[in-house]
Amino acid sequence: MTSPHAPSAAPAGNRPRCFQDVILRLQSYWAATGCAVLQPYDMEVGAGTFHPATTLRSLGSRPWAAAYVQPSRRPTDGRYGENPNRLQHYYQYQVIIKPSPPDLQDLYLGSLKAIGLDPMVHDVRFVEDDWESPTLGAWGLGWEVWCDGMEVSQFTYFQQVGGHDCRPVSGELTYGLERLAMYVLGVEHVMDMPFNDPAAPIPLTYGDIFRQTEREYSRWNFEQADTDMLFQHFKDAEAECDRILSAADTDAAGRRIPMAHPAYDQAIKASHIFNLLDARGVISVTERQAYIGRVRALAKRCADLFVTTEAATGDAA
Amino acid sequence: MDLLIELFSEEIPARMQPKAREDLRRLMTDGLVEAGLTYRSAGAFSTPRRLTLAVEGLDAQSQPVREERKGPRTDAPEAALQGFLRSTGLTLEQLEKRAEKKGEAYFAVIERPGRPAAEIVAEVLDRVIRDFLWPKSMRWGSGNLRWVRPLHSILCLLSDEAGAQVVKLTVDGIAAGDTTRGHRFMAPAAFAVTGFDDYAAKLRRARVMLDPAEREAAIRQEAANLAFARGWEIVPDDALMTELAGLVEWPVPLMGVIEDRFLSLPPEVLQTSMKEHQKFLSARNPSTGRIEGYVTVANIETPDHGATILAGNQRVLAARLSDAAFFWQNDLREAKSGMTDWAEGLKAVTFHAKLGSQADRVERIAALAREIAPAVGADPALAEQAAKGAKLDLRSAMVGEFPELQGTMGRYYALEAGLDAAVADAARDHYSPLGPSDAVPSAPVSVAVALADKLDTLTGFWAIDEKPTGSKDPYALRRAALGVIRLVLGNGVRLGLLNVIRESGARISSQLSWATYIRVADQLWDYGETLGFSREEIEKAAARLATEAAQKGMIVSHMRWVDGEKEVFADYSGDLSELPRDLLAFLHDRLKVHLRDQGIRHDVIDAVLAMENNDDLTLVVARTTALNDMLMTADGPNLLQGLKRAANILAQAEAADGVEYSFGADPKFADTDAERALFAALDAAEPRIRSAVAAEDFPAAMTAIAALRAPVDAFFEAVQVNSDNPILRRNRLNLLSRIREAGRLVADFGRIEG
Repeated sequence: MTSPHAPSAAPAGNRPRCFQDVILRLQSYWAATGCAVLQPYDMEVGAGTFHPATTLRSLGSRPWAAAYVQPSRRPTDGRYGENPNRLQHYYQYQVIIKPSPPDLQDLYLGSLKAIGLDPMVHDVRFVEDDWESPTLGAWGLGWEVWCDGMEVSQFTYFQQVGGHDCRPVSGELTYGLERLAMYVLGVEHVMDMPFNDPAAPIPLTYGDIFRQTEREYSRWNFEQADTDMLFQHFKDAEAECDRILSAADTDAAGRRIPMAHPAYDQAIKASHIFNLLDARGVISVTERQAYIGRVRALAKRCADLFVTTEAATGDAA
Repeated sequence: MDLLIELFSEEIPARMQPKAREDLRRLMTDGLVEAGLTYRSAGAFSTPRRLTLAVEGLDAQSQPVREERKGPRTDAPEAALQGFLRSTGLTLEQLEKRAEKKGEAYFAVIERPGRPAAEIVAEVLDRVIRDFLWPKSMRWGSGNLRWVRPLHSILCLLSDEAGAQVVKLTVDGIAAGDTTRGHRFMAPAAFAVTGFDDYAAKLRRARVMLDPAEREAAIRQEAANLAFARGWEIVPDDALMTELAGLVEWPVPLMGVIEDRFLSLPPEVLQTSMKEHQKFLSARNPSTGRIEGYVTVANIETPDHGATILAGNQRVLAARLSDAAFFWQNDLREAKSGMTDWAEGLKAVTFHAKLGSQADRVERIAALAREIAPAVGADPALAEQAAKGAKLDLRSAMVGEFPELQGTMGRYYALEAGLDAAVADAARDHYSPLGPSDAVPSAPVSVAVALADKLDTLTGFWAIDEKPTGSKDPYALRRAALGVIRLVLGNGVRLGLLNVIRESGARISSQLSWATYIRVADQLWDYGETLGFSREEIEKAAARLATEAAQKGMIVSHMRWVDGEKEVFADYSGDLSELPRDLLAFLHDRLKVHLRDQGIRHDVIDAVLAMENNDDLTLVVARTTALNDMLMTADGPNLLQGLKRAANILAQAEAADGVEYSFGADPKFADTDAERALFAALDAAEPRIRSAVAAEDFPAAMTAIAALRAPVDAFFEAVQVNSDNPILRRNRLNLLSRIREAGRLVADFGRIEG
């Protein structure tokens, strides 16, 4: 079990030129610290935390270090592409390391340097902000990180996930990529942000890529999504999750194969469908709590099952 | 010796630092003293990354302690002896046998030699760290220790003229040492220190101001200077100042200017947005009265003198204020069009699950305000209108974003809607007074709405039996009660609260019985289906609720599903007839606390509360003050003794004789001068007391009763009440009853102690 090592500092004064440059630098930086650079999870999620690489892997005792971009969907945040800061589909950059290394704050500050935010020129601060996800039955303590008064990341030491105490504790970093990149690049409207190199033969802005999708999804999320169908999908996902979780651990050939991940997929699905229904305004205040409780119940059972798989494989650290 | 302790961690939330400092100081010094070490002085400090304790003049060794404990007799059962050995940690051979009066007994003599300070410090600090009570604490990495954020190092140093010595101590793998670090960015290297002075000086060179008071003073000073240079002034905000001092190790205040396009926003909006989102101090231009600038406090000195930092903050501010301006414009539009959407929207806002929506509540407050209006000199129609408008801003976008602006925005929007200025002011002021030092509204319409608001809150929570208990007061009902008291007393309001509460309770009951039933039944449908109940089950439960609610005619106050059990519980709030008296008793309790702070004893208030019309608090306080003043005079204590003596003799005689001596005292049976003088004094005093009480001139009533002091004293001096002559005895007892009655005209003196 080794703690990730600090990579060499990024070239100073060399600022990113575009959105993808910010992402690439974060990828190389965290790769250099020793994190496994994963790819986004291939399902609709509300935040990078939902990726099983965070939710499930923060459970149990096996060491883990991963970094990835996660496209995230928050249907209620859609503004038809008109708001300079709000999107129904955006990107988070997520880092999760277990156990949290003692120099995690320094590693994090190194990542800011890598994208051109030199803490000797900027005012970087760790401001109390405790994190809680009622849907995942998870909470942790940490900060929101401020750079010159702007929140650029969330920094959390996980204490509980899916109702289980985290032992050891994972350190989780979440960067809101658009906001962070807009700040680094000095852009006022997200749609104006250069996506690839502005000097490229075919320069593309964020708007060139996402203005149309933001409009289309905003309309669908708020006005068109078939709520009867979504209610049915919610029930289906819930039922399938329950069925998977209730299945025997051993298959027909007598092999012990608990199915924590397939079950968790259904929990993610239910969560996203709930978000869509919420955006359609068909869930009342009182029902809201009940739905969140139902998703949490699924997530907790998935966590319960995942925890048993560690003992079975017997390769715990 | 001197002791220096530093607990160096990742960033400690600013709000937790003051208590943590104090806890560290108290727990450490208590622990040291308990272990036999005395000290001269101790001071605690904090920065975002460290808690520090400096103890001066600590004993180098604890005093040796010799303790003797007596044990069981030597012939006591074996079990008693074993227990004694266990509790003393000695063996039988180590015990002494001594002859006692009642026989021979074992004695344990326990000698505890003096211990070196280092040993004690290590023990106490280990325990303090492990048991430290943070509001929220956490684990990190693979460790088991809990701290507010990861703890990185412990500095623990004992020093005297001979030099400094590291205290040997390891907590969850962290070994104490003599090193610390400076500012996170400006001086990150570790360095060793030899004692507190060296530590504080080296920290300062390493860009850390250790003392939070010094940081706060520095911020205050520099912010004022920056503002002064522009002819501005900083808007005072002590809480924010303290928080800012807890957010930086090296404060660097920077001044920025608010763009012109945002200056039309109300100053409260600018101030709140800047404070809540960015922790900026607001700077006011006294010549325009507007907030035109801000001070942000950075934690670093940069080569560009903060230019980059300020530009970044300015950018974030612009985005925030653009949002605020957007809310403001939309809200003004709605206000201009009469706020009907907001009124409709209040129906969807739950005040409390058992007490209906904000719209229900506004309806009740409006009726109550109308009722109270004449007593506070307000126009009833205006008071009702003001109450109806007072909560509308809860639906505005601005209050949605900044709940603390409730009321403040209400006033702006009411003015925009063209409402009477008194109505607009009531929207702003009806929440007051919030704290014990908050100003009390005095405008009649505001007073009417403020009283109605608080009385509805109190009656409502009383009706559903959610009274404060012990330290639990989640609905701030004590504050509401104090608000009622201060509004009444501050404005000299004459109001019989019992009637008002009774009316208010009746209104709540009639309004909510059915409204709540309907809402609960709706919930049954919603919840029931979500939870997978069958249609028949839901219908059955709803029907049962309907029947029970109708039968009891009461508030359906509570409903819950029991997981898995498929059961519905509906609780009904009980009989409301006791409510007015019970709530009044609560108000009386709060009044006692309030008056106690003004130096009036609770028993003096009790003496007045036992009188009629005790639901008129202005009257109660007038009476109490006069009584209290009288008791402070030279005559006071003697008169009190005389009255009590009269009452006691009467009570004994009445108990013994089984009759009440209440009238028929006749001067013709008076056979001493003292008796005759008392008759004359009572004849003179009684009408004066009566007329003074009727005129509510309590000082005059007290003067009149105080005139009885000398004749009463003389009477008891000269006269034996329990005479052998039954006629004389009865007459004297009846004379005593006239004293008792005279006393009862002003207070129940029997309740006064002393």
